[in-house]
Amino acid sequence: MIKAILVFNTRGQPRAIRFFESCSTELQQKLIRESYQIISKRDINACNFVEYNDNKLIYRQYATLYFVFVIDSSESEYDIYELIHIFVQCLDQYFENVCELDLIFHSDKVNHILNEFFMGGFIVERSPDLILNDIRTQIRLERQDSGVLKQMGSKIKSVVDTKTEKMKLDVEKKFDIKL
Amino acid sequence: MKFPDLSMSTPVRLRDLIRQIRSAKTAAEERAVVQKECAYIRDSFRDEDNTWRCRNVAKLLYVSLLGYPAHFGQLECLKLIASTRFTDKRIGYLGAMLLLDERQDIHVLITNSLKNDLNHSNQYITGLALCALGSICSPEMSRDLGGEVERLMKSTNPYLKKKAVLCAVRIIRKVPEQFDVFQNSVRSLLTEKNHGVLLTATALVIEMCQQNTHALQSFRKLVPNLVRILKTLIMSGYSPEHDVSGISDPFLQVHLLRLLRILGRNDSEASEAMNDILAQVSTNTENSKNVGNAILYETVLTIMDIKSESGLRVLAVNILGRFLLNNDKNIRYVALNTLLRVVHVDQNAVQRHRATIVECLKDADVSIKRRAMELCFALINPNNIRTMTNEMLEFLGTCETEFKADCTSNMFLAMERFAPSKRWHVDQMIKVLTTAGNSVRDDIVSSLIGIISSSSDLHGYTARQLYKIIRNDITQQPLVQVGSWTLGEFGDLFVNGQYEQPHGEEHIQVTENEITDILERVLNWSISTVVTREYAINALMKLSTRFPNCSDRIQSIMTYYACNMNLELQTRAVEYTSLFTKHNIIRPSIVERMPVLISNSSSNPNANEQQEQIYQEENPSNDAQINHVPPNEPVVDLLKLLDEPIQTNGSIHPHEQQQNPLSSNPLTDLLFGDDISHNHLNNNIIPPMVALDKNGLRIVFTFEREDTLLTIHSKATNATQYPITNFIFKAAVPKTFTIELYPPNSTIIPANNSGEIHQIIKILNPNKDKLRMRIKLNYLFNNSSMGDEAELNTFPEQCYN
Repeated sequence: MIKAILVFNTRGQPRAIRFFESCSTELQQKLIRESYQIISKRDINACNFVEYNDNKLIYRQYATLYFVFVIDSSESEYDIYELIHIFVQCLDQYFENVCELDLIFHSDKVNHILNEFFMGGFIVERSPDLILNDIRTQIRLERQDSGVLKQMGSKIKSVVDTKTEKMKLDVEKKFDIKL
Repeated sequence: MKFPDLSMSTPVRLRDLIRQIRSAKTAAEERAVVQKECAYIRDSFRDEDNTWRCRNVAKLLYVSLLGYPAHFGQLECLKLIASTRFTDKRIGYLGAMLLLDERQDIHVLITNSLKNDLNHSNQYITGLALCALGSICSPEMSRDLGGEVERLMKSTNPYLKKKAVLCAVRIIRKVPEQFDVFQNSVRSLLTEKNHGVLLTATALVIEMCQQNTHALQSFRKLVPNLVRILKTLIMSGYSPEHDVSGISDPFLQVHLLRLLRILGRNDSEASEAMNDILAQVSTNTENSKNVGNAILYETVLTIMDIKSESGLRVLAVNILGRFLLNNDKNIRYVALNTLLRVVHVDQNAVQRHRATIVECLKDADVSIKRRAMELCFALINPNNIRTMTNEMLEFLGTCETEFKADCTSNMFLAMERFAPSKRWHVDQMIKVLTTAGNSVRDDIVSSLIGIISSSSDLHGYTARQLYKIIRNDITQQPLVQVGSWTLGEFGDLFVNGQYEQPHGEEHIQVTENEITDILERVLNWSISTVVTREYAINALMKLSTRFPNCSDRIQSIMTYYACNMNLELQTRAVEYTSLFTKHNIIRPSIVERMPVLISNSSSNPNANEQQEQIYQEENPSNDAQINHVPPNEPVVDLLKLLDEPIQTNGSIHPHEQQQNPLSSNPLTDLLFGDDISHNHLNNNIIPPMVALDKNGLRIVFTFEREDTLLTIHSKATNATQYPITNFIFKAAVPKTFTIELYPPNSTIIPANNSGEIHQIIKILNPNKDKLRMRIKLNYLFNNSSMGDEAELNTFPEQCYN
């Protein structure tokens, strides 16, 4: 079974975490820190499977994010390696060209997608299309609750906000200033 | 007077909060922002504000992601779950999953809401409830809601079905008694068409099999169904909804293979049914893509675990060999790992890929190198020892320091077992020591000394070789230690030319002074470690009699060192000086040549003998070296319990004590004329001894003794009415003894004393110490595994005296 799913960036800041085994906040943060330390030191060409106490860390790097799955010995490492890719593909389809900012500002949506994929440490569904259908239906339900127009407006605003944020970061990086 | 805070009429949006946190420049600033927001959220929770509760909880979940405590939001999540709005319920359940777990008491409060939601008409709400239940359910909740989950498992909606099945997995884990409730529905689940349901159903069956062996047996009947599903998956053409890189639903294939592995283990009938499909999967899956490799890997694991036919096993090993040639690091790592497991079972199949494995030694990745090294050592056999040693020497020269210690220990073991000749052995070991530098374990030095001493025809030759190396370079401590010892013992043979001249090498003529020079240099050099200097000072002492011309010079060195700051060196120097002066008469006999050390590592190629090594290495791959009669592997652990302090006698230092049992007490022997030749054949009848008599199992030892060798015949009988199977007997003795356990004649003791297990144990007791033994038994009795331990102190005196 999968013990935990961690997503953190290249500086160690967590972007999405889900633990399938109950553990305290301190333990969770400790795990995140230690995984970051182990994985950030690995070479690009090194193997993606690392042993950690009794468990294994399977990780993949996408741009500035590390996606780490902590599994125990009953899962196959290769299987999970592919699964990470499917999960990221799903995020990509949902957010359209996903980047780290999307994960930051929409962490609740990321959690909902995670819920559809995994439950209790096991895989529920592994087809991104089916999952996205379900997610979109649920969003429609949410809109019905609070009025469609308001939701449309807020969706447009959220997209605009994210894009502005991205542009702002680009300008900052390009000209090396702080806006 | 308190003024109302008008600026905070609507709470801050989640996105704004995130922005604020990100714009904080220091950790302290971030903490301040978060704390302010948390305080606000706490206030608003207290005010029972329904409209914005879900936004506040969403913010709370975000800060909990960053690591801040968020437990005060738990009750709010419950309120959100109870609301009717979908948004509220969604955030509420998410919060419950992230913030609550079994350890909090309030989690049972959501049971009622869960029950209502599990019966909701909207499938998404039911889905949310199932998700939450699957993540955090506790035993009480499982008992209450198990019935609902079972009902949902039978629903026609696949969305709900698959979630319900995974819920069931969790429930069975928490409350094993609920098992029967779900067992009956499993069969119908496997006939579903929906892949999601099949995936989760396999997970459920795997979990059930792991918990309950009866279920495992009843599920074996499902093997034909599973085989059929797998077949349709492979044979069916392209189906867009399940396709991943050209393969149809690889995850389902992998899970089915895993289930087949669990069902086929130890069962020949089920394994036979699977043979065809496994062969088909192996040949049809293309291995150019990652997903294909994942399926092939799972197939290989399955073939190895079940009772497959040999053709299939060969196929599996070939697949692994192909993996090794792949460029992708992950695949090679995985292949090496699996080959390590295979090689213990079937060495010959893996031999074919030896060349590829040796290539992997040169890989840049550390974990691949380590696996390749372990595998190489497992593959060494008498035929390839020479080539493999050369490869390993090359590897030793270029590998990282962390590998060197393991590598040298393993090489030593391998050479010990398979060396074609003593001389080759000594040569190679010298090369190993030269290459490895200082990262050699201490016991290797001692073992090598043992080997040198036992090969009496090579004494002079070894001295020569070592001299040649040491005269140029005294930086490598282990090498210098061995060299000093050899020169000390056999330097006179070297000087007098009493050795076999190696062909094609220059003839080295050396004088006594030159050897003394080197030893003195080692002794005086500040970089030599204390241990090395101890070796050097002993060697010099020995040479004082062998090289009579240098005797004065050596005496002055000793006198000089009698004031040395190091306690050990000073003690020895003082004692040796007194040997020169007061006890000069007995000096020759004390430092005369050592008898052959009774080395416990035998180069005997007889593969059946079990050897227990006094020089224990903690390296787990050693278990691969020790032969495959499993009962005697963990003897090493037992020995630690019997750690006896080694007796130090007078002027003999601890190092030599271990290797020098027979001359343990020369002073007293000489002075009191003790009869060392206590070696009468003590063939008096030794009474048998009952080692163990417990629960119907009775073990009796009968003895035969020849001088220092004691042969024990162990007979185990079973007086109960059930037979004892898988009987494993382990024994350990203190460090001064040597024990050899021969394999027993069987591992089954029939019931009612109708048969027995006979095992021979040989014990060498050169010190004639009191014999103590610790035995440990493991066996299967009446379908339950039992273990027993006993310490035996009451051996009859004639065994050891």
